Amino acid sequence: MARLRPGAVVLGLVVAAALAFPFVMRAEGDAYYLSFASRILIYALAATSLNLVLGYGGMISFGHAAFVGTGAYVSSILLAEGVASAWIGWPAAIAASALAALAIGAVSLRTRGVYFIMITLAFAQMTYFLVNSMKAYGGDEGLTLPARARVGGGIDLDDAQTFYYVALAALAAALVALHRLAHSRFGRVIRAIRENETRAEAIGFPVYRYKLVCFVIAGAAAGLAGALLASHGKYVNPSVLHWTQSGSLMVMVIIGGVGSLWGGALGATALLGLEDLVANHRVAWVAALLPNYPQHAGLAVGLVLLAVVLFAPQGIAGLLARRPR
Amino acid sequence: MTAPLLAAIELRKRFGGVPASDGVSLTVSPGEIHALIGPNGAGKTTLIAQLAGALRPDSGRIELAGRDITALGPSGRVRLGLARSYQVTTLFGALGVLDNLALAVQARSGSSMSFWRPAAREKALYEQAAAIVARIGLAGRESVAAAHLAHGEQRTLEVGLALATRPRLLLLDEPMAGMGPEESARMLALIQQLREAEPALSVLLIEHDLDAVFRLADRISVLVSGRVLATGTPAEIRADAQVRKAYLGEESA
Repeated sequence: MARLRPGAVVLGLVVAAALAFPFVMRAEGDAYYLSFASRILIYALAATSLNLVLGYGGMISFGHAAFVGTGAYVSSILLAEGVASAWIGWPAAIAASALAALAIGAVSLRTRGVYFIMITLAFAQMTYFLVNSMKAYGGDEGLTLPARARVGGGIDLDDAQTFYYVALAALAAALVALHRLAHSRFGRVIRAIRENETRAEAIGFPVYRYKLVCFVIAGAAAGLAGALLASHGKYVNPSVLHWTQSGSLMVMVIIGGVGSLWGGALGATALLGLEDLVANHRVAWVAALLPNYPQHAGLAVGLVLLAVVLFAPQGIAGLLARRPR
Repeated sequence: MTAPLLAAIELRKRFGGVPASDGVSLTVSPGEIHALIGPNGAGKTTLIAQLAGALRPDSGRIELAGRDITALGPSGRVRLGLARSYQVTTLFGALGVLDNLALAVQARSGSSMSFWRPAAREKALYEQAAAIVARIGLAGRESVAAAHLAHGEQRTLEVGLALATRPRLLLLDEPMAGMGPEESARMLALIQQLREAEPALSVLLIEHDLDAVFRLADRISVLVSGRVLATGTPAEIRADAQVRKAYLGEESA
């Protein structure tokens, strides 16, 4: 019989805690934190998809919000037009984001280094302004949805607990897929490209094609995150595509752990948790010094990011993995 | 004469007005070790880059076994059997020796657009990689990260990676760069072994160590100022007055 590894125990505990969370919250009578946890799960999915590109593939994309936003808008427009089924809306969001990633990646991946960062940023800002000008769908005011998408089969997404489990399932599926991908032939090629692009090409891998496929897979997953995000808030506005969103996702990946499986999830939890902590849990002695500090959660995030970059370049995932196994 | 495996025809490449390749023509026959020598700045590395597909010539044509490959990228040429090693060591530094080689084996065996099955369970990849490890004399170093190898070992793995792609033509760009005499001798022996094991394998060798070149090569081409000054057997090159004047100098007379 295989011995139980500490990693498996921790994983079991995390899964159990995630599954039990809604029941704890219900006992506490707290609706806010269940919804908040769903938001974390969705951002964890988005950050995980960025981590595939940024951490595993070594492509520093500064435009990931474009794919989250495309998914959010495509699913929202379908809902606004009366297509309520998630079975249509979500695959459509995934497909649209994958297509957007294919188009943006096909051009951007011909560049390297800082040019790649700038061109992905430029494309994302273009989609931002495009959506801003879509007056039929709210323009800069955004689009309020009549309801969350419908799944059928007795699953009611308007129920906070059900929605939480759906978001959790999506994240879990993404993590399992990423884990498999990382150890597959494709994952090895992607890692080899990150390690040494010139050499990868020189042993016969068409580097551009592999990077593009990686970019498209990540875009598709981000599209699902976008669709979930729109349904979660029953509202979408162009800020979901703004470059600061791309920046937030990058910060999550960096805090959580670039290129590690749990990096996106850990980073999303840490960043959103920290923002909530600063904004909603007033600490008397800090408030005595800085009366308006809860409005400036960004300062705390900046300090944490600084600390991570200086003292834990592998992020939270790196800190956790450093313990003896 | 048999049809050449590789033919470069009138290659020209300029960098901002400066010609690095000024109408280079060169052929490599099947099974031949062809050395390319020339002073620094003669355009050897530019030529190799064009042959390997990293640089596109401004004009001219490159053929591999009669097929025009001028428009093909590096990876496409590798799959047709044209592999290279680099003058500046270019490895997957964080990966072990065996993993480095297994990747090169993977590149030529089946599709790598496979997203689910763990590659570590593919025994064939590692068996073939292990065979290369033995062939290049790195047995016992399989799990050492490439970045932690000694310089000579890195140079050897550099050749091993090219070899793992099962080339018909090996472009070796200064395989002995930065090596001491002992390591150089080992590299020399390795290249000789390769040709004994695979008589059909062709090698285009760039090397500064003229002793090694004259010992290994079947033919030598001398590149000066972006042009091939002379091509011939070692004896012919040694006797060529133009070559001696332009490059070899009087001391090797």
